[in-house]
Amino acid sequence: MPKKKTQTGFQSKTPLLDQLDVSSLLDSMILGVLFVDRARRVITINRFLEALTGYSREEVVGVQGENVIRSNLSSNGDPVGRVLTSEQTMTLEGDIINQSRKKIPVRFTISPLQLTSGQKEGAMILLEDISLLKDLDNKIHGFSGHEKIMGNSPKMQEIFELLPITARTDASVLITGETGTGKDLVAEAIHKASKRSRFPFIKVNCGALPETLLESELFGHVRGAFTGADKDKPGMFRLAHGGTLFLTEIGDLPLPLQVKILTVLDDKEFFPVGGSKKVSVDVRIIAATHRDLGELVRQGTFREDLFYRLNVLRLHLPPLREREDDFHLLLDHFFREFRANLKKKTKGFNAACLKLLSSYSFPGNIRELRNIVEYAVNVCPDETIRPEHLPKTLLSMEPAPSPSAASTRATLRENGEIVMDTPANTAAFTMPVPVGWGEVEKDMILKALTKTGGNRSRAAELLGWSRSKLWRKIKHHDLA
Amino acid sequence: MKILITIQKDEVAPRFDLTSEILITETQEGKITGEPRIILLPGTSGEDICGLAIKENVALLICGGIEDTHYQYLKWKKIKVVDGVIGPHEQALHSAMTNDLRPGAILPGASIHGEKP
Repeated sequence: MPKKKTQTGFQSKTPLLDQLDVSSLLDSMILGVLFVDRARRVITINRFLEALTGYSREEVVGVQGENVIRSNLSSNGDPVGRVLTSEQTMTLEGDIINQSRKKIPVRFTISPLQLTSGQKEGAMILLEDISLLKDLDNKIHGFSGHEKIMGNSPKMQEIFELLPITARTDASVLITGETGTGKDLVAEAIHKASKRSRFPFIKVNCGALPETLLESELFGHVRGAFTGADKDKPGMFRLAHGGTLFLTEIGDLPLPLQVKILTVLDDKEFFPVGGSKKVSVDVRIIAATHRDLGELVRQGTFREDLFYRLNVLRLHLPPLREREDDFHLLLDHFFREFRANLKKKTKGFNAACLKLLSSYSFPGNIRELRNIVEYAVNVCPDETIRPEHLPKTLLSMEPAPSPSAASTRATLRENGEIVMDTPANTAAFTMPVPVGWGEVEKDMILKALTKTGGNRSRAAELLGWSRSKLWRKIKHHDLA
Repeated sequence: MKILITIQKDEVAPRFDLTSEILITETQEGKITGEPRIILLPGTSGEDICGLAIKENVALLICGGIEDTHYQYLKWKKIKVVDGVIGPHEQALHSAMTNDLRPGAILPGASIHGEKP
């Protein structure tokens, strides 16, 4: 005979934990556990959370849960409320501040506390201390999350503002930008900051494989589907279940596969190659391309419906030449990275070298800059990197496409002086080599002021600075 | 003595760095002098609250969880900090005026009207 609900006591008003003998089980867990009622008051905490927060179970019963864990969960709205409404478990990353005034990175998993009657009594919040994971990530990559993406330029600031918004939703994302602008990093950062971060992030290059192989790579195949298919293959869509599938070079995706991708996006299910049974997946799609998809649609090589389906959220990454403010930041970052990795005692670049790099257009963008710095740090035998330590291709470099440098070509003289040649004017002129960042900054200010006819507000806007910062810099460089 | 409390509705805010509202009040010989001021901050920033506390010549700051960097900075600026306080800010203020407020205090009104779930 099935037990009556009243016999289990779940419908009574006595605390839930009196009915469930789970306290010792909770105490054995190496995760912080917090039970809160519907009013978000603490029902109980486990021993691990006592250690993590510095509060004992007895003193916090009845206290608002957020006062005990001191998390940044509230900056995500009311996740407990959302869990209670949706009845779905939610995973979020954030941090807490404990009684020792230490900020601890934590992964929160919030689940509804449901009685057998179906009534929601509150929520269970699991807190996983991920400090070690974060430390490890920092050691491996130097940075974590989207800290890997650097930039102070106004265009990058716009991207940084959009990233958290993009991470919060489950909509498809289209990342566009020239090669080497960091599309992969942005895609990974979105995944890491999203609720799917615990699940896989899988990257597939749509331009790297022929159509048939790509179909099998994406959707998998069943045994015997084609010659050589001697066993079932799950495919990337299935492997990315719960997580994110990053389709890079989506502009190179063959038309027949575009239809199949569109179907998966709409129905969340597909047939593996040679299979007769549909497979359901829960995958978020992030696509990237260096091509102009709008133009491909006009040419008829990219499906318009797929374009609109992918283009829900659009991030366009600027090329390095449009991120003037970031050039020195990135140069310095890569220099430090390679100096540390290669255990070199190199102190920096000399002025001629900086000038040469500043006037280069970097068609390969940040990837190219990184490679150049790696080459230079490797090649440089002493403390200062000079132009001869740069790749030879750079020394006979192509003209920069920026208006000021578009018609110039640089030649390096034996004395280290840079001579800019203008094809239109055979008479070469010597560029004064700046002595350092100060000079470059001064030049930037003057250019901005000239461009805006002396209007300081607009010049500040152009530089991505506040008016007061520009004023300070003008004063500093004695330009007033 | 000028007292600053980081608040969230009627309670001491759980996190110093995520506080968007503060209460500043002046006390003399255990009594409140003048009208307490509630200031809504344009954003949430621990640095901004530190700056404000210095600008306002605050002598005592009462808050919830605070990072050690902010705590040490305020201490260096000769501001006494009573942190980790849980409960209604009014009770926190009165306890502070009678010199009874301790770091990490869970005030009687912290659980809703002292009621246990």
